Amino acid sequence: MNQLMPPQLRVDRSGKSRLAIADCDLHPTPNSPADLRPYLDARWWQHLQTFGALRRHGCLTGSAYPKGSPGANRRDADPPEGGKPGGSLAFMQSQHLDPNNVRLGILNMISPHPGGVQNPGLSAAMCTAINDWQVAEWTSRDSRLRASVMVPYEQPMDAAAEIDRRAGDANFAQVLLLSRTAEPLGQRRYWPIYEAATRAGLPIGVHAFGYGGAPLTSGGWPSFYIEEMFGHACCCQSVVTSMIVEGVFQRFPTLRVLLVESGFAWVPSLAWRLDANWKTIKQENPGLTRLPSEVMRQNFWFTTQPMEEPENPVHLLDIMDWIGWDRLMFATDYPHWDYDDPETCMPVKLTTAQRAALFHDNAWRFFQAG
Amino acid sequence: MNVLAGCIDCDIHPTLPGLRALSPYLPMSWQETFAVRGMHELVPNLYPPAAPLTVRPDWQPQEGPPAQLQQIRDHVLDHFETRLAICNCLYGMQLLFSEDMAAAIARAMNQWMARELLDREPRLRASIVVPMQNTEMAVEEIERWAPDHRFVQVLVLAMGDMPLGRRAYWPIYAAAERHGLPIGIHAGSNYHNPTTPTGWPSYHSEDYVNQAQGFQTQLGSLVYEGVFQRFPALRVVLIESGFTWLPSCLWRMTKFWRGLRTEVPWVDRSPAEMVRAHVRLTLQPLDGPPEPAQFERFWDHMGSDELLLFSTDYPHWQFDGDAPLPPDLPATLARKIMVDNPLATYPRLQEVLP
Repeated sequence: MNQLMPPQLRVDRSGKSRLAIADCDLHPTPNSPADLRPYLDARWWQHLQTFGALRRHGCLTGSAYPKGSPGANRRDADPPEGGKPGGSLAFMQSQHLDPNNVRLGILNMISPHPGGVQNPGLSAAMCTAINDWQVAEWTSRDSRLRASVMVPYEQPMDAAAEIDRRAGDANFAQVLLLSRTAEPLGQRRYWPIYEAATRAGLPIGVHAFGYGGAPLTSGGWPSFYIEEMFGHACCCQSVVTSMIVEGVFQRFPTLRVLLVESGFAWVPSLAWRLDANWKTIKQENPGLTRLPSEVMRQNFWFTTQPMEEPENPVHLLDIMDWIGWDRLMFATDYPHWDYDDPETCMPVKLTTAQRAALFHDNAWRFFQAG
Repeated sequence: MNVLAGCIDCDIHPTLPGLRALSPYLPMSWQETFAVRGMHELVPNLYPPAAPLTVRPDWQPQEGPPAQLQQIRDHVLDHFETRLAICNCLYGMQLLFSEDMAAAIARAMNQWMARELLDREPRLRASIVVPMQNTEMAVEEIERWAPDHRFVQVLVLAMGDMPLGRRAYWPIYAAAERHGLPIGIHAGSNYHNPTTPTGWPSYHSEDYVNQAQGFQTQLGSLVYEGVFQRFPALRVVLIESGFTWLPSCLWRMTKFWRGLRTEVPWVDRSPAEMVRAHVRLTLQPLDGPPEPAQFERFWDHMGSDELLLFSTDYPHWQFDGDAPLPPDLPATLARKIMVDNPLATYPRLQEVLP
């Protein structure tokens, strides 16, 4: 189960060989809320019909930051049989998984993630329903796919119970949180989630997005969707800072955290900045014993998409060197508009070893897939 | 030999020793209000007076407030043989919710700066503090001090009520551009919004580290809202911001612009190009890599040797001894950072004043 297999080659129609890859960020979606009905208690189904799902923003439907394309999806990802992009396993297979030789795909259901739903009972029920739906409709039908445990993250005790329920189930590869929570993720109220994940041997995936109530920037609400997109990486910098400074890894030294869809070029400078403030951090929280950059090197991993694009592509290699080639894991974000194509996204030529680590081996090891 | 001799220090912090020091510069009605309501202090949370960051131990006086005029002379101007230093007074005026009270205190702070520091020390220059609570009042304050060319920029905080690119603030930029005053955005928050986009952190050190994220999103706001299209001569200086986050921030800002530029069609140039043309950053706090070889690579990532302005951030404890410059800094870059870039950024620094 945990043995590393040599990456497998696949030959496509043009005769070109393609290395097997792991894709750490796939977005399946129900085609309509009714898809979840079989997995949801009738009481909560009725509640959803009557009130919808109250979140920490004003839109019952639609978005105050309208996306750049419908559902932020690729315009070519509509399944031919109808339904939403990401709504059809068959089309995900034929458009993406098969041609790109995806050997391991991690499902992150974020449209939307119900962990931020304010009604505590509804949030927990929707997470459980989506977890059941992911197994029934996705992972049990394609052995390449593994799901993320959706948890009601604003109620950490309920979240821990959901993690316990899925512990040991090979359909699940990680616990999924969003980056924009009601309070910074390092705070102690969230620690039961980390305790349960540690108990279950599951890593924590923190996917960018969500609405936690605080403005999208520490200087208030911006005007544009482009600023929301640009702000995700900044928000994730705050998440990493919080988890380190508030002592999550002092308490859970083996906890592994994967940052998803926040890019990665900001990682070295954040490590330097945290180390530059170590004197103050240590004085405020004397229990900490490891330099922040060391914690980042040992407890954090990063998916690549949306990959930053320096004017000089060699700069990207510097950044990857500084982060460490064992820390970065490829992701496409299929079927969203800012999809990174595994064939074209790397602006520089990698060595065979670098390519294998980035596109396959790191994720294989991280998720202990087999 | 002192390598810093003749440097222009773009960020020092004289301490305003309490509201009482402003009394001579406040109308009687406000003096009475402060007395009646028991107001003595407005010290912002970011710099608790006894915290390590706030005052470097060897710059902490035996008694009384740090960073008074004589100490500035002893520790900075004479010690480093500084040619000019720009005073950025950090006080709690921005924290207030009352526009009127903020405007009165801002005006008194600028008067205090002119009388107590600038009149007494020719090597000092200063930033105009403005009540961002009310755009009209902020513009009024700029107009009041702009004729005094010892004031060389307008000072605002990195985290306020609204992102700085929002159009409600544009009259401030129009006034600043008209008078050749850069907008200096200094680390700090008015604490009206949580200091992270995921809520309030537990520790001061998190607040401080998170300033960098505040600066990044402010750059996004200024660029995407079109401030530099509308005010092509405007310069912005990020102060006490750190700077190693800048290259990756520009790469990301430019990538999303390529993907989503239809939402902001007035942004007609690459954001990276625009920031390199309009924005500068001060040197301290140095948030650089541990290895000199990494630093060498990093200078290449910056893509320009005109972006950084020398600063000590006195009396904040950012470096020890006499070493505010990064290790192994090439001499030509050092010269640009210490002299050429500040002079190019602040036109008023080139003037010979009577």
